[in-house]
Amino acid sequence: MKFETAAGDNPIDRGKVVGRATPRIDGPLKVAGHATYAAEWHDQSNLAHGYIVASAIAKGRVNSLRLEEAKWAPGVITIITAQNAGTLGQAGPNAAKLLGGPEVQHYHQALALVVADSYEAARAAAALIKPDYTRADGSYTLAAVTGASKSDGILGQPGDTALGDFAGGFAGAPVQIDATYTTPDLAHAMMEPYATIASWDGDRLTLHTSHQVVDWARRDLAKTLGMPKDHIRIVTPYIGGGFGGKLWVRADAVLAALGAKAIGRPVKVVMPRPLMFNNSVHRPATIQRMRLGAGHDGALIAIGHEGWSGNLPGGDSEGAVQFSRGLYAAPNRMTRNRLSQLDLPEGNAMRAPGEAVGSIAVEVAMDEMAEKLGMDPVAFRIRNDTQVDPEHKEKKFSQRQLVECLQTGARKFGWDRRNARPASRREGDWLIGMGVAAAMRGSPVLRSGARVRLVAGGRVIVETDMTDIGTGSYTIIGQTAAEMLGVPLNWVTVRLGDSNFPVSSGSGGQFGANSATSGVYAACVKLREAVAARLGIDPAKIKFAGTKITGSGKNVTLASAAEAGELTGEDTIDFGGIRQQRHQATFGAHFVEVGVDIHTAEIRLRRMLAVCSAGRILNPTTARSQVIGAMTMGAGSVLCEELVVDPRFGYFVNHDLAQYEVPVHADIPHQEVIFLKDPDPESSPMKAHGIGELGICGVGGAVANAVYNATGARLRAFPMTVDKLLEHMPVPG
Amino acid sequence: MRAFTYQRVATPAEAVAALAAHPGARLIAGGTNLLDHMKLQIATPPHLIDINRIGLDQIETIPGGGMRIGALVRNTDLAAHPQIRRDYAVLSRAIVAGASGQLRNMATTGGNLLQRTRCPYFYDTNLPCNKRDPGSGCSAQGGYNRDHAVLGVSSACICAFPSDMSVALRVLDAVVEVMGPDETSRAIAIADFHRVPGETLPVQEFALAPGEMITAVTLPPAPGGWHVYRKVRNRASYAFALVSVAAIIEGTGGAEKGGRIALGGIGTKPWRSSAGDAAIPHGAQAVADALFAGASPTDQNRYKLLLATRTIAAVLAAAKG
Ligand SMILES: Cc1cc2nc3c(=O)[nH]c(=O)nc-3n(C[C@H](O)[C@H](O)[C@H](O)COP(=O)(O)OP(=O)(O)OC[C@H]3O[C@@H](n4cnc5c(N)ncnc54)[C@H](O)[C@@H]3O)c2cc1C
Repeated sequence: MKFETAAGDNPIDRGKVVGRATPRIDGPLKVAGHATYAAEWHDQSNLAHGYIVASAIAKGRVNSLRLEEAKWAPGVITIITAQNAGTLGQAGPNAAKLLGGPEVQHYHQALALVVADSYEAARAAAALIKPDYTRADGSYTLAAVTGASKSDGILGQPGDTALGDFAGGFAGAPVQIDATYTTPDLAHAMMEPYATIASWDGDRLTLHTSHQVVDWARRDLAKTLGMPKDHIRIVTPYIGGGFGGKLWVRADAVLAALGAKAIGRPVKVVMPRPLMFNNSVHRPATIQRMRLGAGHDGALIAIGHEGWSGNLPGGDSEGAVQFSRGLYAAPNRMTRNRLSQLDLPEGNAMRAPGEAVGSIAVEVAMDEMAEKLGMDPVAFRIRNDTQVDPEHKEKKFSQRQLVECLQTGARKFGWDRRNARPASRREGDWLIGMGVAAAMRGSPVLRSGARVRLVAGGRVIVETDMTDIGTGSYTIIGQTAAEMLGVPLNWVTVRLGDSNFPVSSGSGGQFGANSATSGVYAACVKLREAVAARLGIDPAKIKFAGTKITGSGKNVTLASAAEAGELTGEDTIDFGGIRQQRHQATFGAHFVEVGVDIHTAEIRLRRMLAVCSAGRILNPTTARSQVIGAMTMGAGSVLCEELVVDPRFGYFVNHDLAQYEVPVHADIPHQEVIFLKDPDPESSPMKAHGIGELGICGVGGAVANAVYNATGARLRAFPMTVDKLLEHMPVPG
Repeated sequence: MRAFTYQRVATPAEAVAALAAHPGARLIAGGTNLLDHMKLQIATPPHLIDINRIGLDQIETIPGGGMRIGALVRNTDLAAHPQIRRDYAVLSRAIVAGASGQLRNMATTGGNLLQRTRCPYFYDTNLPCNKRDPGSGCSAQGGYNRDHAVLGVSSACICAFPSDMSVALRVLDAVVEVMGPDETSRAIAIADFHRVPGETLPVQEFALAPGEMITAVTLPPAPGGWHVYRKVRNRASYAFALVSVAAIIEGTGGAEKGGRIALGGIGTKPWRSSAGDAAIPHGAQAVADALFAGASPTDQNRYKLLLATRTIAAVLAAAKG
């Protein structure tokens, strides 16, 4: 099916199943421990275990791995290294090699895999390996290398954009803001580490692994291992979080495959937690300079946003400036995205790449400007709304309800109780402040396929290689099929995460929900046609409702349609036409209230509200769960999360979950989420958008603005930890 | 983790005998610290002696005043004990300010006293660390040291001692009872139990001699006063202290008459001094000046001086109110 023009009325509009708050159908399996995660396929016979030997230096060469002692350690079967692994290809998305040596590109880069009869034996033997290195000098400090940066495109968009005359517009603006913000390297820190069980059957490879996009896993493994893609099977039905960290094949998958091949037995490799931070990928740190020029009437005259980030050669930039490109109107605009070379571990996509941290700089700068103008920050944002893409005026937004989000949120949150004067509200030892920020996140789609089977009893089976990374894919896909075929949700079985199923979009970039359900929609349309054909009903008139089929004078059960044997509908949705003609994005507004301890500068969140507009909300329960998770992650990124770089050794120092502090339950107050829920017919047949990444955009800015309102301290280097905030605090009276 | 042998003992006497019989052996109590170290090969004991079934898991009243806490009493049980909560509230509060419920269910009194630093360089065996690998150097100096100590530091080591419970024990003037290889006992004042690193290596963290086991901690008669444990950290729970203050303030409702104060998070051991106690009637700045005499902060952790001063002020202000 090709989606090219705005969707008309379709069965999804009935809203009997889709759009209803529905607990996730895979929930009971997870609670009971029956959802099998990558490392838990215990049915593998003769399983061997691999343990990764990771580089102790950040850059340089391995002179010798010195494997002798480990080779003869108890239980060891073999040791895989770059020397005996054969030639490995380099898949496009990987900047660093997944099996390094003799050259070392980053700290904790995998240099070997010890394969042994037990996990314990492999781990003990791996610790015996003390390679001999020659260290080389590297660059590890972003601020030191911004001078040697180059322009870098952002996901197919140019690295630099300009409209009007930024320099002139800014220089002539009566009110100006010129401020620089920094965001730290951030870790995905998903609960489930990378894990793979690899097994070979002749020249065919099966991987039970944890990966967000099945087809990309096959593509990249085929490239890396130099084998045909269709000889690889990926099984990844349950994924314990990814946040972008599992978009690309990692060392566990490649090394497990190599190990299993070498010994002719299945091999399991689980990444130990202390390697998860330097062996893998992270969100790169940014330096962002914001220049805003406005008239006294509050209209923005000029917006300039420059961003710097670093990565290994071949790696991408963190395109923070993207956030400025579509949000506010201003006649004179400029964005510049700069990339420098660093020798830190590889930076890569993490939840709302670019926009999550870009939004912090933009939305704090907007707060600074509102204050300078003497305007309310909500009113100032509304004043600068636009209904056309500010960089491409001919392009309308398919749906843009930013103003409604801000207004609804202000009302619900009691924004009128905010005192614009900082540090003016105190309750006991707490200074209280409120902050607001706008949220915007692009809503891309990818082609996505599914197979829907009508089986005995009118029961329905959906099969697609779509993944559920904890988001609720199982549930919304089941809801889609149930709606399309007029059955209750528990008549639908959903099977995901297997490359034997039709290729889907996978999960990432908040494209998964909209794309994958649209693919299921397309397959259901095919199945409805097949049913109509079998029953001799006019396909234009056929109706599926209440487990019955009616049309052309007939009224039969869905079960009867399957009596002559299973019927299958399979299709792939492709997007074009109207999708290209419109700017497709989601919008929101965050409102945050914080308390800051007047003595210690500890920041504690008190209330959080997000108002989100993302087309039809397919399932308010799972959508809310996505938004509150994203709000938590966004709050963490400005309050406590930070990968600390030691520039002497070139690595992230705090590489475990005791030291990389993500928010805990006690940090997160009640979070309220309001969805505007209006379907967007120009987005897809589902009239939906993604929601998984919208919630992280802006929230950090809202927290920072609330801290400023509470204390009068404007921190521009994130996260806002006690050591930074304390000296700027008002003196307790 | 390196392969090891394992033995479970039934009495304290068996435990010290086993320690004597197995060079390099370690006792394992809750295991919440030791097992992490073994997995990372920070500790590689060839033999483990499990003391979880030797008794020593009671909290008793000492005739004539005071309490005796067995070395195997779990942190959860100690913090919840009614008499501890009533008479030694600072201890109860310090314990529940640390770790998580699950960890406190396992962690023991003895193990908590002996927990080791959370310095990230100590935790990564690729990096120099004098505490882990004597003579290799101290990576924290010149590196990441925002969380590190400003007091009791030396060129050998600047890591902060992480235990919350021990800070309360310090302010309570607790005594650590230990049993030696020949079943002899001795008592070590808490002030002497934790040691600051000298310039010589290896770094001696504890006053425990080889072959000795902690059997109990005793508390002097109830000190009275107003008890507080204030722990400052970037996240609301499940994080080690940037600064913590354990205090017992005598006489509330007016000018403070005096009291005792110990600090955590800022020293290589729980920090208390008689000058600091004596300064309490003169206010937070006086207390801080006394306690931080000789402080040696880095650029990254200098904030701890201000933070501690402010936190002491908060505690004293609350005591007045
Ligand atoms: C994630 C995490 C967060 C934490 N957060 C905090 C925190 O915020 N604040 C805090 O104070 N602590 C915190 N802790 C540390 C925790 O309190 C300690 O791990 C615990 O108290 C250790 O007690 P244990 O019985 O488990 O010791 P074990 O791990 O069993 O032993 C520790 C050491 O003591 C020795 N030992 C044990 N008992 C005896 C004995 N009777 N005699 C002689 N030697 C003995 C062992 O040989 C070993 O060397 C945290 C720990 C973790 C893992």
